[in-house]
Amino acid sequence: MDLAWYWTALIAFAITNFLLISASVLVYAERKVSGYMQNRPGPNRVGPFGFLQPFADVVKLVFKENIVPTLANPFVHSLAPMMMVVIAMTAGALIPFARGVVVADMDVSILVLLALTSISVYGVTLAGWSSNSKYSLLGGLRSSAQMISYELSMGLAVLSVVLIASSLNMVTIVEDQAGGYGLFAWNVFRNPIGCILFIVTAFAETNRAPFDLPEAEQELVGGYHTEYSGMKFGMFFLAEYVNFFVASFVIVTLFFGGYLLPFESVIIAQFPALADSYLLMALQIGTVVIKAGFFAYVFIWVRWTLPRFKYTQLMTLGWKYLLPIALVNVLLVALGLAILH
Amino acid sequence: MDQRPLGVLRKLNLRMTFSPMSIINNTNFSETLKFWPRHNEAIYRRLESKHSWVENGGDGAAGDPLENEMILNIGPQHPATHGVLRAVVKLDGETIQGCVLDIGYLHRGVEKIAENKTYQEFMPYTDRMDYLSPYSNNVAWCLAVEKLAGIEVPDRAQWIRMMMSEIARISSHLIWMGVGLMDAGAVSMFLWTFQAREDIYEIFDEVAGARLTVSHSRIGGVATDLNAAGINLITKFAADFPAVLAGWEKLLNRNRIWIDRNVGIGHLSAEDVVRMGMTGPNLRGSGVEHDIRRFEPYLKYNDVDFIIPIRTEGDALARYFVRLDEMKESIKIINQCLDKLKTLQGPVRANDAKKSSSSKNEVFYSMEGLIHDFMYTDTGVAPPKGAASYHAIEAPKGELGFYLQSDGTGNPWRARMNSPSFTNLQALETMMEGGVMGDMVILIGTIDPVLGEADK
Repeated sequence: MDLAWYWTALIAFAITNFLLISASVLVYAERKVSGYMQNRPGPNRVGPFGFLQPFADVVKLVFKENIVPTLANPFVHSLAPMMMVVIAMTAGALIPFARGVVVADMDVSILVLLALTSISVYGVTLAGWSSNSKYSLLGGLRSSAQMISYELSMGLAVLSVVLIASSLNMVTIVEDQAGGYGLFAWNVFRNPIGCILFIVTAFAETNRAPFDLPEAEQELVGGYHTEYSGMKFGMFFLAEYVNFFVASFVIVTLFFGGYLLPFESVIIAQFPALADSYLLMALQIGTVVIKAGFFAYVFIWVRWTLPRFKYTQLMTLGWKYLLPIALVNVLLVALGLAILH
Repeated sequence: MDQRPLGVLRKLNLRMTFSPMSIINNTNFSETLKFWPRHNEAIYRRLESKHSWVENGGDGAAGDPLENEMILNIGPQHPATHGVLRAVVKLDGETIQGCVLDIGYLHRGVEKIAENKTYQEFMPYTDRMDYLSPYSNNVAWCLAVEKLAGIEVPDRAQWIRMMMSEIARISSHLIWMGVGLMDAGAVSMFLWTFQAREDIYEIFDEVAGARLTVSHSRIGGVATDLNAAGINLITKFAADFPAVLAGWEKLLNRNRIWIDRNVGIGHLSAEDVVRMGMTGPNLRGSGVEHDIRRFEPYLKYNDVDFIIPIRTEGDALARYFVRLDEMKESIKIINQCLDKLKTLQGPVRANDAKKSSSSKNEVFYSMEGLIHDFMYTDTGVAPPKGAASYHAIEAPKGELGFYLQSDGTGNPWRARMNSPSFTNLQALETMMEGGVMGDMVILIGTIDPVLGEADK
């Protein structure tokens, strides 16, 4: 679908702001959810129900002194956090939020997404390297090893979806899940192993607990962002939250029907006026946001429940378990498609 | 002047030497103060040799021609070191090749302080040693003094002490559990254990009047008897806590990540632990059957029914299970104490004004009582001249013993402390070698050191 340039620009502006705001909301949600999990109220002082807490945090971070270690490489030290944020935000351009509401609807959007997640490892590694601190370096090294190990399984999980949809375009992948009654054609039912694999690797790719080894507060004292302060640290923080929100969107897009309403075909058959209306678009946006919000909640839930992996455990899980399972899954999906078609 | 590095002291020397106001004949203190620079130099030399030991592999030869290795200084300010422990580790990638520990950042000289205090005056200082289970320390000190001075403690006081020591054991193990899991990344556990600890704080608040530094034990008994509110709190805690613990076990014992991070980590054989002088749960996790409560019973441990949890695997997981089981056994002991205290009445302090402080009733309303109180506060217990004794208890972290020598006055001539954290830390270097960075936090957690006690 061809959109006028101003329409694209408007959507891009809206999505960027949406992601920025959602990061604040997620910070608030994370603190509130963790508070309830730990039998404490969580933030409740700034604004009604503490809702302005993330904004107060941002103001604090902006006004904090920017410290660059003497022996750091100042250029790379500043580049790394910007890279993280830019990449995290760019991934938002590829996600279809409703039928026709997508900034960059390209033929190979899923490949671009994988490429972007691959580049984001540079942000962490460069941050760790340029700080010239041993703890940061260890964090950066852990991150690169982790991302390389889990990218393979992630790629294979995505490949199984691509095989089913016969397309590398994310919009086509979503529309491919519209068959059946609009719920049982979701890839999570057609490709359950791939779905679990993708969710696990998404946790690893976004450096969220239990895969948060690069930061590992208690071992590496913050890992790659030990030597960052002020808004540069804030950018890592922002990137982390945007990353896992975008990861939730990708999980939803690939496996949970993306922007499709549950039983959409049935609903449209009942109310033909709804088809191609703005109301449907609004409903679709609402649907994808709710679905992604659920997975964002899962991300938070897991983080506050599980202990962190050990480095050796992480590698064992990645190479010895996930990779063979992913390979077998691709084979099974391919065989299934060959038999069915 | 010789070439000592400590210019500050030398300046101090000169200033004192040429002070015109000095009324002391010998104004040259350089000989007197020589000890300190020499002492400091020795410390620096030792630290430097530690670094060179770590850097060149111990034998003086330059190892690592490929420069894969990295020396990492962990602590004394580090979130996982449980206070101010410092470890210098040699890393090859993530693998720990060597480790040198450095303690003493919280050294306060409590043993020397004890020599300048009366026996009773020193008791509150023991709160600050193992600050996670202050009640056990109070009891350990009082028992040592009572052994030295030959003081009979009334039965009720002994049962109260035993019950409160077991509560202190649970509170100490709760910290071990919460902090150990927080170091492993499960932050919620930390807050849940602190919630249970809050109940224990409330018990101490009610019974002793203080939440953390309880100072409840007295030489010859305890300060106050339990009141009804205190007994209610303890009964409620003993009734509720097993269910809470069972909930945590459900979460952790089948948790793949937690179990895998612990199993086979920091393995010590039974010979190792005995050779390195480890005590407490660390000893029993390696299959050595030793618990002072059972093999050299003090207080009323002979009269209660409990088992000593023992595991033979000798890894971090075994020590985890030993401590979990110990908490359950402590609840069993607390319940038996509560039953006993219902029927057992009587005084809670020895009725001997020379050996234990008199009751307030006596002090306020009788002349002799006031004199006794004055004398007891001023001089206190005076064990016979030349008496010496060692008494140890099974504190939450292991054998906590005090060695005391008396010169017949109210102050101990010598007081020495055998603290479990200090002895247990000796094994950490061995355990860390060959592990990875992620094991480090688990290992420090499994040793469960309190630096206030290790550094004395």
